[in-house]
Amino acid sequence: MTEITETVFAEAVDSRSDKPIYYVMKSARVGIAGLGGLGSNIASALVRSGVGHLTLADFDTVEISNINRQLYTLSHIGQKKASALPEILHEINPFCDILSHSIRITAENCKKIFADCDIIIEAFDVPEQKAMLVNTVMEQLPKKYLISGSGMAGFGNANAITTRRITDKLTLCGDGVTDVAQGVGLTASRVMICAGHMAARAVEIILQKGVHDYE
Amino acid sequence: MVTINGEPRAAEGMTVLELLASMKLMPERTAVMIGGEILPKSNYNQTLADGDEVDIIGFVGGG
Repeated sequence: MTEITETVFAEAVDSRSDKPIYYVMKSARVGIAGLGGLGSNIASALVRSGVGHLTLADFDTVEISNINRQLYTLSHIGQKKASALPEILHEINPFCDILSHSIRITAENCKKIFADCDIIIEAFDVPEQKAMLVNTVMEQLPKKYLISGSGMAGFGNANAITTRRITDKLTLCGDGVTDVAQGVGLTASRVMICAGHMAARAVEIILQKGVHDYE
Repeated sequence: MVTINGEPRAAEGMTVLELLASMKLMPERTAVMIGGEILPKSNYNQTLADGDEVDIIGFVGGG
């Protein structure tokens, strides 16, 4: 097998596109808060697209109940998500620089952890945590692009999951209403659709705005 | 009239907390923007005024 250098990887990413994107993607810095069903699948999409830097944060450990929708495999059970996910992502794209924190994100530590990111993605599970992150980023880091996911539980209509721009900086993905507390569970298909919307919005911001026009 | 998530509503004079309660939303699960600016939780006692454009996100569980 040919050695996979970054040039080879970049050419492969760009091979079907008229305008090269790899080195634009490479210059982007994206933060992901929560490495569960949304966060792990968003990270997978972003490293495949060539995002150059990811800051990841989650305090949790991989459990058997995560396998139905999260990127982890059975071999990761018992491992911290913040250590398992970079291993998987580097198997996909070894040229992505990943800073991963096994930590619970709070209103107090959020700004410090994500200060260097251009785009911050809210990928938590618990609604109070989602609200905390969105409020904290909008109050303390108002110049950052923020992408949040709400409403992807169950097995209902996939087309109900959408991308909505709330403000210039804030994008909300999901169906907005289907709550895991309704007892409908979470399925990989719907969670991955929402993760796909969120990752797609991040790529759109990076490629349309250019990373240097963020502020 | 106050515009709430794009819809007009006679909510002027209500506080944000009263508005959330009327929509059966829990304040700790919401983000509220007025005129595109995030409203800090400490200001949820603020009274809505005629012409305010309010965006409310009520977060649900799952991820």
